[in-house]
Amino acid sequence: MHRFAKPSVFLKLTAPILPWLAGATAMLIAAGLYFALFASPIDYQQGDTVRIMYLHVPSAWMGLFCYVGMAICGAMSLIWKHPLADICARATAPIGATFTALCLITGSLWGEPMWGTWWVWDARLTSMLILLFLYLGYIALVNAFDDPDRGSKAGSALALVGAVNVPIVKFSVDWWNTLHQPASIVRMDGPAVDPSMQLPLALMILGFTGYYFVVLILRVRLELNERRIRALHLSGMFDDTAQDAEPYDPGHNAEASQ
Amino acid sequence: MNGFTAILRRDLQLAMRQGADSVMVVAFFIVTTTLFPFGVGPEANILARIASGVIWVSALLAAMLSLERVFQTDYEDGTLELLTLSPVSLEIVVLGKVVAHWLTTGLPLIVAAPLMAVMLNMDTDGFVVLMIAMLLGTPALSLIGAIGAALILGARRGGVLVSLLVLPLYIPILIFGAGAVEAALLGMSATAQLQIMGAILLLALAATPFATAHALRQAME
Repeated sequence: MHRFAKPSVFLKLTAPILPWLAGATAMLIAAGLYFALFASPIDYQQGDTVRIMYLHVPSAWMGLFCYVGMAICGAMSLIWKHPLADICARATAPIGATFTALCLITGSLWGEPMWGTWWVWDARLTSMLILLFLYLGYIALVNAFDDPDRGSKAGSALALVGAVNVPIVKFSVDWWNTLHQPASIVRMDGPAVDPSMQLPLALMILGFTGYYFVVLILRVRLELNERRIRALHLSGMFDDTAQDAEPYDPGHNAEASQ
Repeated sequence: MNGFTAILRRDLQLAMRQGADSVMVVAFFIVTTTLFPFGVGPEANILARIASGVIWVSALLAAMLSLERVFQTDYEDGTLELLTLSPVSLEIVVLGKVVAHWLTTGLPLIVAAPLMAVMLNMDTDGFVVLMIAMLLGTPALSLIGAIGAALILGARRGGVLVSLLVLPLYIPILIFGAGAVEAALLGMSATAQLQIMGAILLLALAATPFATAHALRQAME
């Protein structure tokens, strides 16, 4: 596993994977949306609003999945000091925050016609909101330092401390008697969702997970390339070629090379 | 143990000589609590209904505002660097500073809380439980808050940042602290909530000094 933590290996490995992964994700989401919006039956009680679920459940899953991923990356960066783990954790946070926000928004759009209210202070909803705050705190902390490494390390510690919230979100519907319905997909006695609805749900969950990895790889590659460019600038690699062309080359460097 | 008492004595002495810190925390707590009757109106029964929640939220904010000074001044004048180099383990140092923080903020808040409860027209049945709950809850606030205070050392706009980091982690204490008082006011037993608060305190006592010390070491790198 440590072999893959080298930035150059990561860049080389992900380059051929990325187009395939992106294509598969696009197909999964397209098929999922088709089944979710057209080819699945309406609920006998909820009518067409049940289709919101096909966005809501995958978003909630991704909100938790991203946080666990971020905490694992944080632990790896603290234990083995892999630079790649830091970058992965930083790159995951905005994606997870967006999915968590999406989950809250779709949930509230569904809640208005079904529960008759946009928001209730229910255990599941509240713990999900706290998850969003944890993401925002992480993002703010990571960006609050002049030295990006210091920010990443502080963020890793916070991500691990905040991980106590993940089981609270997952089990809030079992521990407290709440308005939010209990788990209906991952259960000991099999899913309680009708098979015709399982298919679009599974497609969307897979598609969202694929989307996360595509965006994660893109963001990590971007960050690695940015660092490479910065390192090349600092090492003076561009000085010779910069004499006539580069407008952003600092003046004192050009003087020093002459 | 010697290192612990030395740190504790030093921090307490500093707090005594600079004086105003504890008074300011209590003043902030009282002023914040006083704002609520202006906001929701002075009807006695409404105030009695929200009293426990208001007192807990104000205590949370007061404890959080005072967090910045736990490590900040030591970080700025270099004391923290010497403390990291000292033979005393950093976890013990952290514990000493947290206990000092609790003695100078948590304890005065516990003393001031019944006064505000009277002013908010809370029923006397809840007073004892409120005090016990705060006795269990405020040390946990100091312990958890210390992580945030250590993480923001050297950050820009640290004061605002610490609220975003620490307040979400304070929520369980708020829920069970207010819940315990609520139960007592309804004439039920508050044992379950108090036991959970005790569990939170023990867990925080066992785990947070390591996280805080780790964050301090990072800040010193």
